[in-house]
Amino acid sequence: MFETISDVLLLKDHNTRVVVISVMLLGVSSGIIGAFLLLRKRSLMGDVLSHATLPGIGIAFAVMTALGFSGKSLPGLLFGAAVSGVAGLLLMLAIRSTTRLRDDVAMGFVLSVFFGLGVAVLGMVQKMPGANAAGLESFIYGKTASMVMQDAQLIGGVALVISVAALLFKKEFTLLCFDDGYARAQGWPVMLLDIAMLALVTAVTVIGLQAVGLILIIAFLIIPATAARFWTHRLDRMLLLSAALGAVSGWLGASFSGIFSDLPAGAIIVLVAASIFLFSMLFGTDRGVIPRLRDHLRLKRRVGRQHLLRAAYEILEQQPGPLANIPVDRASLLAHRSWSAREFKCLLRRARAEDHIESNTIHAIGLSESGFGEAARITRNHRLWELYLIRHADVAPSHVDRDADMVEHILGSEMVRKLEAELDLDTELLPSPHQL
Amino acid sequence: MPATPTPAKSAASLRYPEHPADCPLAIHDLTVAYQRKPVIWDIELNIPEGSLVGIVGPNGAGKSTLLKACLDLIPKTSGWARVYGAPYAKQRHLVGYVPQRETVDWDFPVTALDVVAMGTYRQLGWFKRVGKAERARALEAMEQVGISEYADRQISQLSGGQQQRVFLARALVQDASLYFMDEPFAAVDAATEQAIVELLKQLRAKGKTCIVVHHDLATVSKYFDWLVLLNMRIVAAGPTKEVFTRENLRKTYGGKLDLLDNASFALSQS
Repeated sequence: MFETISDVLLLKDHNTRVVVISVMLLGVSSGIIGAFLLLRKRSLMGDVLSHATLPGIGIAFAVMTALGFSGKSLPGLLFGAAVSGVAGLLLMLAIRSTTRLRDDVAMGFVLSVFFGLGVAVLGMVQKMPGANAAGLESFIYGKTASMVMQDAQLIGGVALVISVAALLFKKEFTLLCFDDGYARAQGWPVMLLDIAMLALVTAVTVIGLQAVGLILIIAFLIIPATAARFWTHRLDRMLLLSAALGAVSGWLGASFSGIFSDLPAGAIIVLVAASIFLFSMLFGTDRGVIPRLRDHLRLKRRVGRQHLLRAAYEILEQQPGPLANIPVDRASLLAHRSWSAREFKCLLRRARAEDHIESNTIHAIGLSESGFGEAARITRNHRLWELYLIRHADVAPSHVDRDADMVEHILGSEMVRKLEAELDLDTELLPSPHQL
Repeated sequence: MPATPTPAKSAASLRYPEHPADCPLAIHDLTVAYQRKPVIWDIELNIPEGSLVGIVGPNGAGKSTLLKACLDLIPKTSGWARVYGAPYAKQRHLVGYVPQRETVDWDFPVTALDVVAMGTYRQLGWFKRVGKAERARALEAMEQVGISEYADRQISQLSGGQQQRVFLARALVQDASLYFMDEPFAAVDAATEQAIVELLKQLRAKGKTCIVVHHDLATVSKYFDWLVLLNMRIVAAGPTKEVFTRENLRKTYGGKLDLLDNASFALSQS
């Protein structure tokens, strides 16, 4: 069994190799086109399109059989699928522009009516004399096992063409998705570009019908693109990643479906894609849940440290006599800000771990030498920022980065010197520009 | 001896009076209607070259509609608009457009430089990729508006004022002669507002014409030398000093008292 599995995965097995490759190519094309569909905010249209293909499949079969050809010729069936899919979309657009019905109603209507019609047509076609309609339902759920060599080649070839075409139009599609008003003002034929995009979506949908099935092809279109978005904010990388994730989903899904041939291919491909999505959503570096949580905690920790040290420093400033690193009264430190007793203990513990605190008794907290230096630096930064905001309040507030270690890096040394001159003191000791 | 009667003007020249090729924007008898309701009507305008033009009016007065109609973004119900004597479709290379910031989803996965580079697309033509030269031009435009340090930031990480400047840079890349700007000062910080005004003045100094939809009456006389008061039809249009009067403002804003107070304040400033 093991040999078989690795053979299939590594594309060594003759029977499954071509199918797996063609489904991988399908994954690449649906990843790329799906990204644009997502960015154009028309994902649901892909769903309408795929459900509307069903009547066309049945009718194409009937017509071809009646004319004496093989009813199951793939190009013929896919052509029928494309025609009825596009008819469904046009009907949806017509409903939207001539009635007051909203997008979601129009889509739901067309999707369900065409699908129902398709099921009815398939039922009738089964009863046609001399027709062998068994297996047409595989277009609903997907069945790579029934894919013939020529079919796989057709699918793979068309997928390649689609991918190249989509990349050819990359700049135009990007502009269309981002700002179609500006595109139109520049003279770009927005409607034609939309039609081109839709044609490519139709092509991907239609060639995906056999492998993934019409119900799930929408997932193959959307999931890789959405997962990719969690890892990057650059369009080029998003397209690349989306294509790669589509390919991986197709590869694993088709391989497993080949090994365990009673499992429907579409479902497995989509489950693989969905797991990739889940992983991306949790761990994706650009906006995944866990990195964001980690950044948030890190920020809280840094703010907490700064508050503690600055509070200690400010208390020391208010002591009579010259500023010195003497232990700070615990109660006054706690009262300086609105910490709870538990938060306070936590902050002290962390400061101890960072070697900022030397002694911690019931009565007093003593800063270490490095802690005192750090406290002085933090307080100076804080005061410079405060002064900058007060003096230059009309400048963009987003310019202020209080977490910056060196004020000079953001404001520039000259500005810092000017501010220090205004505060009229040397760099080590700065009073607060407002009441403490 | 009876005076020779002057030949009657032909019907065509009555319908399409002369529109000289040095007039950046000439509008004649323009009406735009959405679903049976006219939004703007009987618009007649001749914008002089090299002027900084403000279009003001209450909400719903059709200011954006006027702009969009000139840019062929919405169909005209009647009338025409000419850019330097020819229809807009032939003069796109002379016109830069800065749309409202809210027309766009700022979560889109592009960087600021990517967006500014979109201003070079038309010149590139179909299918060609953005190259070093285009990126350099985009960066130059970003320096002009002061945001070149944000070139690699994704656009949602920019402040409102920075986003507005990205849109401006995108229009500047085209080096047009006529600029249409839809509420460029809406919800921007004071520094960005100053930067935009500076930029507009620089453009004017170069002989360019800027048509700006504006919402803040208090700054009208400070920013614009030409003014269009619009409330579905043109109430008044001309040099700001002549047009920005209490009477005209009353006609434009009707009985909206708080706006009238605003206007009085603005007048007292100028």
